[in-house]
Amino acid sequence: MVDPTLINALQAKAMGIVNAEIGPRPSDLTVRLSRIDDLLVAADVLIKQYTMALATLVATDETSMPDGDFKVRYIFEPTTADAPDWFVTLLVSVDAACPEVPSLTTMIPAANWHEREMCDLFGIVPVGHPDPRPLVVHDGWPKGVFPLRKAFDGSQRVPVEPAEEFPHMVTEGEGVFEIPVGPIHAGIIEPGHFRFTSVGETVLLLDARLFYTHRGLEKRMEGISPLDAFYIAERICGVCSVAHGLGYCEALEQIAGVDIPYRARLIRSIALELERLYNHIGDVGNVCAGAAFHYGTATGARLKERLQQMNERIAGNRFLRGIIIPGGVRLDLTSHLLEFITSTLQHTLTDFDSLMDRIEANPSVVERFDDTGILQNQTAMDLAVAGVAARASGVNRDARRDHPHGAFANADSPQLNVMTASAGDAMARVIVRAQEVRESIRLVDEFIRRLKPGPIKIAIADPLPGDRIGISAIESPRGEAVHWLRTDANGRVDRYHLRSPSYHNWPAVALAAETAIVPDFPLVNKSFELCYSCTDR
Amino acid sequence: MLRILINALRTGVMTTRYPDEPSLPPENFRGQPIFSTGKNLPPPEVCPVDALSQHSATGVRQLDLARCVFCGRCAEDQWVGAVTMGRDFELAARRRSDLRIEITTDDTRITESQPALNREADMNQVSSEIRRVLGRSLHLRHLDAGSCNACDWELTALLNPVYDIRRLGIDFVASPRHADGVVITGPITRNLETAVRRTIEAIPDPRIVIAVGACATGGIFGEGYANLGGVDQVHPVDVYIPGCPPRPEAIIYGIMVALGRLDARQLSNQG
Repeated sequence: MVDPTLINALQAKAMGIVNAEIGPRPSDLTVRLSRIDDLLVAADVLIKQYTMALATLVATDETSMPDGDFKVRYIFEPTTADAPDWFVTLLVSVDAACPEVPSLTTMIPAANWHEREMCDLFGIVPVGHPDPRPLVVHDGWPKGVFPLRKAFDGSQRVPVEPAEEFPHMVTEGEGVFEIPVGPIHAGIIEPGHFRFTSVGETVLLLDARLFYTHRGLEKRMEGISPLDAFYIAERICGVCSVAHGLGYCEALEQIAGVDIPYRARLIRSIALELERLYNHIGDVGNVCAGAAFHYGTATGARLKERLQQMNERIAGNRFLRGIIIPGGVRLDLTSHLLEFITSTLQHTLTDFDSLMDRIEANPSVVERFDDTGILQNQTAMDLAVAGVAARASGVNRDARRDHPHGAFANADSPQLNVMTASAGDAMARVIVRAQEVRESIRLVDEFIRRLKPGPIKIAIADPLPGDRIGISAIESPRGEAVHWLRTDANGRVDRYHLRSPSYHNWPAVALAAETAIVPDFPLVNKSFELCYSCTDR
Repeated sequence: MLRILINALRTGVMTTRYPDEPSLPPENFRGQPIFSTGKNLPPPEVCPVDALSQHSATGVRQLDLARCVFCGRCAEDQWVGAVTMGRDFELAARRRSDLRIEITTDDTRITESQPALNREADMNQVSSEIRRVLGRSLHLRHLDAGSCNACDWELTALLNPVYDIRRLGIDFVASPRHADGVVITGPITRNLETAVRRTIEAIPDPRIVIAVGACATGGIFGEGYANLGGVDQVHPVDVYIPGCPPRPEAIIYGIMVALGRLDARQLSNQG
C-alpha cells in the first residue's frame, strides 16, 4: 500500500501544486510537481525523511503529445531491508523551448551520470551540475543534435565534427603524472578509458570515461513492437541476458496485464540463479587473476565452462538466451534436465568450496585481497551502489527480496538469505560472492522442488495496450537493474530505459581505486566485475 | 601448494579434441535454421532482427545467417515443422554473400551472386600468403567494437583449460604490433570507430580480420547514429563467424578457416 504520510509531507514543503496518483504499479506513487523548483525540496523529503535513494531517471520527449513538452521522471526506492516494494516517481514537465531542470547531483551524487546522459541525449540541461562534461556522446558529436528526441532519425549516421581533446580530470603538482589506459585494453575485455593521476604508485585520482560501446539501443527499440524489441533487450548484455530479458518481460507483462503461470515463474527464477552462478564463480576466478593466483583463475574458468555447457543443454545457448520470452518461457525443464542440473550443481559446489579453501588458505592471495579497494558504506549509499558491491559494504538490499520478481513474487517462495559484509574491500566482495553461490545452489533446489506440471507460457496479444507504463527491478548477477517501458498510442515501444547496476557502480570503482595503488587496479576492478555494455547501452 | 598439485592431478585433462574430432552440440542447441520448403514458410515479419526476407518478384524467402541471432522464433508456434533449428554451428564463411541463403522450392540453397569486396584473384593471393606466413602459428589481437560482451566471453573461453586454443598454435596478444590479425566483436560503434581503425592499422601486413558474432557481421543494430553496422564498414573481412554469440568451437572453426587449415562452408543441399 502507498504510504499517505509521504504525500502530506511533500505537500507541506512544496510551493506549487502537488498531484499524487497511484502508478505505474498499484503499489507505486507518481507525484506531479507543478513547479520545477519543487524538485529539490521533494527529493530532499524522499532522501532524508524516507531514506530513499534514486533508482533511475527517465526523460521522455512528449512534444508531439498534447502537453507538448519534455517530461523527466526521478524514480526513488527505499534503501532499508524491511521496506515495502514500491517506487516513488517525481514527475516534472520541462519547457521544450528552454529545456532546463535544476540539477540534483550535489544533493544526490547518484544523479550525476543520469543528468549528464539526459543532457547528451535529450538536450535537457541540468542547471548547476558540478561536472557538465559530455558523457554518452564522444568527441566530434555535433552541437544541438539530440538522438533521443523524437524528431531525430536514429537510422542515420551523424557527421563527425572537428573536436578538441576531452577535458579529463587531472591533478597537477611536483612528481604527479598521468597514466592513460584504454579504450582498447591489453586483454579480452570491454573498452573504456581510465585516466590515472598518481604520485609513484599511489593513485590520487581516477577519471573513468565509458560509453565507448554505446549502441543506441533505446532509440533502436522505439517504434517497434515490444514483442520484437525483447530480442534486443535480451542482447543488451551477454552475461546479464537472463536478468535483462526477465526485467524487460516483467515490465512488458505489466503493460499487457497478464499473469504468468507459476511453472514459468519458477523456471525463470532457476534461469536467473544459473546466470548468477556462472557469473559469480567465473568472477571469483577472475579476481584471482588480479592477484596472479593462476590455479584459482584456471579453476574458476573450468567451473564456469562446466556451467555454461549445462546452460547450452538447458537453453540451447551458453548464455541462457532463448529460455525466457514475453508471456513465460520458451523451453520446459524435463525431469531428465532437472536431474542433470541438480547433479551438476552438486559437483560444482564441491569444487567451488575446494577453490575457496585454497584461496582463503593462501596468505599471498589473502594479503592482496584484504584492505584493497575499500568502498565505504556511506559512499555506497550516496552513489546508490547495487548488488555484491553494495552488500560487501554493509548495504542490506537485494531486489529479489525488495522488489520480488520471478518465483519470488509468489506467496510460497523460498526465503532469500541476503548476504552482507562490512569491510567493503576486495576480500569482502569475494566472500559475499562465495556465500551467494551457495545460496543460489540452495535456491535452485528449492525452486525445483516446487515445480508442478502446468503451462509454461500464455499468449500476449499484439499490439499491446497503448499509453501504458511498466516498471520492474531485477537482481542481476551485478545487482539491481531497473527497467522502465512505455507503449505509445499504437502499442509500440515509445520509450524504454534500462538502469543497470553497473551504471551506479562504475563511479564507486573510481573512488575505491583511489584507496589503492596503480598495480592493484585490475584487482579492484575485477572485484567489482562490472559490465560496460549494460552501462553504455 | 601440495593440495593444489593433488587437485590438479585429480582433475586430469579437460581439453576437447575439437577440431580433430567432430563436436555435436546438445539437442536443444539452436544452430542454422533448416527450412522445409514443402510447408508454409514463416513470413519475414516473424524474424525480430530482419534476417528473413522475401524477394518481391519471385516470392522466394531468403535467410541471412550474418543477421540471424538464432533465437528460434521462426521455428515456433505454427511454424513448427516448417522450420527447425539445426545443430550445425560451423557456419563461418569467407564472403558475406555466402551467408545469404535462398530458400528455393527444390530444397537447395543457392547463394546470391554478388561481387566480393576484393577481387577473387587478390583474395586467393592474400589467402595463400597468409597460409604460408601464418598457417601454423597465429597471434590475434581482440577488439571489442561495441559488443554485448557475450562474444568476448566466448573468446576468453578459448583460453580456458577446455578449449585451450594455444594447443592449435593460436594465441591472443596484448599489442596490435605483436599480432598477425584481429578478431572483432560488436557493430563498430561511433565512439570506437577511431580506435578500431587505428588498431587495425597498427597490425603489420599481411593481417587477418575476423568478424565474430551477429553485430560484427552486420546484424541486429545495423547502421545508425551510434553504429557503423559491421566490421566490413571499416575494413575488408577475411572470415565472418555468425552466431549470437557463436559457441567457442564455432570460433575455433572460423579461425581455422581464416588460416586455410579448414574449408569454409560449401554450398550443399539443405536439410
